[in-house]
Amino acid sequence: MKAAPRGDSIYDAVVTAFAIVIPALLLLIALSILIAAWPALSRFGLSFLTSSKWDVSASEFGAAPAIFGTIVSSAIALVLATPLALGVSIFLSEIAPKWLRQPVAFLVDLLAAIPSVVYGLWGIFVLIPLLRDPVAPFLRDTLGLGKTPLFSGPNYGYSMLAAGIILAIMILPFISAVTREVLMAVPRSQRDAALALGATRWEMIRDAVIPYARSGIIGGIILGLGRALGETMAVTMVIGNRPEISASLFAPGYTMASLIANQFSEATNDLHVSALMAVGAVLFGVTLIVNALARWLVWRVTRGSGR
Amino acid sequence: MGAVIDTAIEPGVVESILARAKAPLLSTLRLNAYFGQSRVLRNVSIDVRDREITAVIGPSGCGKSTLLRCMNRMHETVADASVEGDVLLEGESIYKSGLSAIAVRRRIGMVFQRPTPFPTMSIRDNVLAGLRILGTSGPSRSEADAIAEEALRRSGLWDEVKDRLRESALGISGGQQQRLCIARALATQPRTLLLDEPTASLDPLSTQTIEELVHELRESIGVVIVTHNMQQAARVSDRTAFMLAGELIESAPTNTLFTNPRDSRTEDYVTGRFG
Amino acid sequence: MSRRSRYAKSTVMLGVTYFAAALATLPLLLILIHLLKEGAAYIRPGFFTEMPKPVGEPGGGMANAIVGTLILVSVASAIGLPIGIGAGLYLAEHRGGRLATVVRFLSDVLNGLPSIVMGIFAWQFLVRPVGHFSALAGGMALGAMMIPLVTRTTEEMIHLVPTSLREAALALGYTRWRASLTVVLRTALPGIVTGALVAIARIAGETAPLLFTALGNQFWSTSLGQPIAALPLQIFAYAITPYDTAHGQAWAGALVLIFVVFVISVLARFATRSRFGLGTD
Repeated sequence: MKAAPRGDSIYDAVVTAFAIVIPALLLLIALSILIAAWPALSRFGLSFLTSSKWDVSASEFGAAPAIFGTIVSSAIALVLATPLALGVSIFLSEIAPKWLRQPVAFLVDLLAAIPSVVYGLWGIFVLIPLLRDPVAPFLRDTLGLGKTPLFSGPNYGYSMLAAGIILAIMILPFISAVTREVLMAVPRSQRDAALALGATRWEMIRDAVIPYARSGIIGGIILGLGRALGETMAVTMVIGNRPEISASLFAPGYTMASLIANQFSEATNDLHVSALMAVGAVLFGVTLIVNALARWLVWRVTRGSGR
Repeated sequence: MGAVIDTAIEPGVVESILARAKAPLLSTLRLNAYFGQSRVLRNVSIDVRDREITAVIGPSGCGKSTLLRCMNRMHETVADASVEGDVLLEGESIYKSGLSAIAVRRRIGMVFQRPTPFPTMSIRDNVLAGLRILGTSGPSRSEADAIAEEALRRSGLWDEVKDRLRESALGISGGQQQRLCIARALATQPRTLLLDEPTASLDPLSTQTIEELVHELRESIGVVIVTHNMQQAARVSDRTAFMLAGELIESAPTNTLFTNPRDSRTEDYVTGRFG
Repeated sequence: MSRRSRYAKSTVMLGVTYFAAALATLPLLLILIHLLKEGAAYIRPGFFTEMPKPVGEPGGGMANAIVGTLILVSVASAIGLPIGIGAGLYLAEHRGGRLATVVRFLSDVLNGLPSIVMGIFAWQFLVRPVGHFSALAGGMALGAMMIPLVTRTTEEMIHLVPTSLREAALALGYTRWRASLTVVLRTALPGIVTGALVAIARIAGETAPLLFTALGNQFWSTSLGQPIAALPLQIFAYAITPYDTAHGQAWAGALVLIFVVFVISVLARFATRSRFGLGTD
């Protein structure tokens, strides 16, 4: 028999090859999208990102409305989801009685299993009617917020707000799962030290546990952001799909993802398609950076404790 | 040929002549073992004889497990591990070119500190696991059953599991699982069996059972047993080797080593002054 | 702050977290209840066996979409499972290696890519060159999405198998590849299968990648080279029409989809909770 059995060499070659598929695939994706986006990118240059004119008939494409919409809807989602996710996670890791832990965690995590299109369905037929009446009138008239730019303008239901709310529900389980993990990774000694000093339960959480896990929590939030940025179906079904930049939450708009999904099937000419691909390239780049940042932050906190 | 570097002075001359007449089953020749740059075995030369039980004792970290793992080329499965020197199995070097580590391991049996039955196999299949991979023509069904039965008898487990052969190997107690591992090692008919602290994780009753069966095995094969329990070494073995910090300090018939050790370090250890 | 008011504040804040927990579990229940309310009426045997009627007409089913999803998932699994398990094996056996670290990180990156990005990539790479949409392209896009999921769970499951088991196999004379496959992988298999099922549940509900690859199909088609219907696509198509009956069909489709996805997710949770027992203590 030889030094290295042939079976071993074949096995090594195969599993290594399969492992290399992953970086190769990523590279392929990046290249493919860039190639497809090139015509539009070279034609419009950097103004592609800043121009708010998305005029199909005139073949003028500026992605600013889509970028704006992505930022706004994601921001709304984060503002709504973060406190809630933090609250649930603190509840689950510090406060919940043992018998409640599993069921509640299960129910929250299950939100992540709902397909995007089902969220969209619910958004169209439940959320939007709800927003139209009673929520919007309540916000606008009863609370008087209609005077502010944030809540001005007519409301047809299909809006940034609707997209933001749906996104918030969708990213809640992700932020919650990560936050839960980092909170549980905080060593007992930290908590004991605070309690021994005479802190109340809440003070222990606020002053000993949360600060320790802070970068991980931020990582979880950024992870949620990463997911919100790329969500397509649910957003496209409730956001109204209009290339507008408006200060009002009630106004319809576009996100990068919903723009691509909405216009792709009707893309008239090659430049249009290329412009959509260019939007995709921007989305690709942005989510890449955001996700990498999130993973790094989470890794920093949990690396001490096993996983 | 094995250079017998065994410097104990035996009390009985006849006994020593007879001992030398028996060619060793397995011997290490100035064996050095490394993990990266760190040397964990220093020029260890030891003989293991047929139909004899050799115990290796010493404090934690003295290298006794490493010595064992070098004997069946398991040491090299760890990244960055290397050896210098030689190991002879039945007269030929286990590092001879053309001889693979796998072939060596098939001729030597090994049992580890924690019982490691394969969880996805039945008791019978566990025993036969080593056979499955021997060559192209495996034993026939009835031959296999006979082999399994013999191995289980030799490890004292047959009566307890003969009605449960098809059941999962996880359904038996820890002591029984360890005997299963011994049966699994014996099924391939090795002439040498290496036991690395086989009773360390077992209760006293299982320990006793295994010690008894190891003692019986000396009628057919050569056994090396690493143990941190001196009383166990005294009970079970014919020869005992004492190691310290990677070196073989002394090797002698068990009685001699414990009652009249040559080296003061050995004496300190066996009288409990350290370790 | 006096001690009493500190305690009061603590109690209040703890109560707030209870409230947050209740609020967080609310959406799931709301959505599920609504799904059942709207969709249950439209679930009849015919739903699974009949073809869709022209939009606006009552009745009909989603037989082509259900079969289409099954076909897409099969193609995806044929790609995603072998590569994912193979990559997982590599990562588990080269834990600290440089390539392994890079692959692991990039796998997470791939996992986080928006599904629409996968869709446009698949379109550019698999649809555009051949000039038409196809089920194969859809399956491949979904398969690519499966890879990081399966890789991660496979690596974790294999890592759980104690090294002593591999050593016992090697000591018996197993070759390294045999020890890896017939002992280690086999022991980890239940967990790996669970991970595979979860990945399948994930991609079964994906819509965006299919918009650019499988496209959807009003008619019955099982051909890999042609556009094919799929459950999520059909739900989407019906949801954006103005017809109530179509909406009802959409709800029914969503109910079926959720049911399958949930059943798999719940089973997976249960399965991985009782880890396989290994030896004593």
